Amino acid sequence: MEETILTVNHLKKEYEGKPILNDLDLEVKKGEVVVIIGPSGCGKSTLLRCMNGLEQIQSGSVKLREDTIEAGAGNLVRIRQKIGMVFQNYELFPHLSVLNNILLAPTKVQKRDKKDVKEEALKLLDRVGLRDKADSYPRQLSGGQKQRVAIVRALCMNPEILLFDEVTAALDPEMVREVLDVMLELAKQKRTMVIVTHEMQFAQAVADRVLFIDQGKILEEGTPEEIFKHPKKERTKQFLNIFQFKKVEERKIS
Amino acid sequence: MPDLGLDVLGKGSNLLRLLGGLGIALRISLIAVVISIPLGLLLGTLMTGKNVVLKFFLKLYLEFIRIMPQLVLLFLVFFGSTRVFGWQPTGELSAIIVFTLWGAAEMSDLVRGALISIPVHQYESSQALGLTKGQTYCYVIIPQTVRRLIPLSINLITRMIKTTSLILMIGVVEMIKVAQQIIEANRTASPNAAFGVYLVVFVLYFLACWPISLLAKYLERKWG
Ligand SMILES: Nc1ncnc2c1ncn2[C@@H]1O[C@H](COP(=O)(O)OP(=O)(O)O)[C@@H](O)[C@H]1O
Ligand SMILES: [Mg+2]
Repeated sequence: MEETILTVNHLKKEYEGKPILNDLDLEVKKGEVVVIIGPSGCGKSTLLRCMNGLEQIQSGSVKLREDTIEAGAGNLVRIRQKIGMVFQNYELFPHLSVLNNILLAPTKVQKRDKKDVKEEALKLLDRVGLRDKADSYPRQLSGGQKQRVAIVRALCMNPEILLFDEVTAALDPEMVREVLDVMLELAKQKRTMVIVTHEMQFAQAVADRVLFIDQGKILEEGTPEEIFKHPKKERTKQFLNIFQFKKVEERKIS
Repeated sequence: MPDLGLDVLGKGSNLLRLLGGLGIALRISLIAVVISIPLGLLLGTLMTGKNVVLKFFLKLYLEFIRIMPQLVLLFLVFFGSTRVFGWQPTGELSAIIVFTLWGAAEMSDLVRGALISIPVHQYESSQALGLTKGQTYCYVIIPQTVRRLIPLSINLITRMIKTTSLILMIGVVEMIKVAQQIIEANRTASPNAAFGVYLVVFVLYFLACWPISLLAKYLERKWG
């Protein structure tokens, strides 16, 4: 049995009295890739933000190993170094070059030696095919390139777990692949990841476990095979149907 | 070549006096800028804060300064101080006070605008990387704010320099006043002097403001 890295226990989250996450439980084991799917507005981003202490929660707990994650708590700075997060919107720092975007946190937060980090950063950039962009600025990069840099920036902190919130949702279709490939590569390296995505084929390929969230609860979970091929709940089937196209001749003409 | 009466500037120390007038205008602007920039930074930061009452008064202050023509503000301070406080500031001091109040108000609005234009996700991605609040401001927010601010504040500075031409109205002998004195003194000998002298005044203002504008354009392109 692999050790548990992240534990979510009876998590309740409300916005202005409106429940968003309702008594949600989740465990992520070391090396596991958990993919979260669900309709827009069901609380996927909110869940990831709670896992990183970006949101105040109403009750329950979120833990990274033994450390409780709580918005505003004093231990957050330490814990967040172990949690890498990449958002949907490109959130690189526009005034810093690619390399300095990556170096900022390792050198200022972790106080690591600049030379060592730089070496590591360049190696990682090379892995995602962006070695030659090290001195470029974010505005000179395409959306796909920015997201790859954002992933490298998170990786360079050597986090124990990576959170991805629809990192390809804002990209042009031809750039989606290059970003997903990087994430597949990370899965191959047995990184622990929680991925929110609407790319269903990618989800099937990358996931060890898939969670379907609806109305703030985990409605169904299982292996990719179970969820995508043999979903049990009607809501899950309905949701997955949105991503299917029937052949024209099979469609009933009303 | 028509007679522009430029020869009057060669008489005595007339050109030097004109430059001295420009010097006074620049000195007043410089002192006002040096005081109003930090003041504006402070007020602008407070304007993005949570204190509603404070924000209301800052907004009121900004609107008051904006609505009042600068000349009226100059008169208010120069002539009003004696009445209200029983204290007569010199023309130059009155000018510095008015330009500082004005500069701080405009600057605070620029600072507020620059601060709120930094997207929330810049704060959040800094936090997600483990940066403390102080580090987030130091390495992420302030550098971006300053980049947006510098071209705008340079613009404000050139506006302040140009507006010093009003202070002759409260008896400060700045460049325009000197020009008038020179023209007046040579009315009979050189009746065309007005055009030439004001032409030189124009060139001098231009030479004072142009490099500053160029710097603003350059920085805008570099950081845009
Ligand atoms: N800052 C906020 N204030 C109020 N409501 C919010 C806020 N952020 C998100 N919500 C609401 O919470 C719900 C879940 O949002 P989110 O987690 O972003 O959904 P998802 O990522 O699954 O699309 C939505 O109904 C959204 O309107
Ligand atoms: Mg979302």
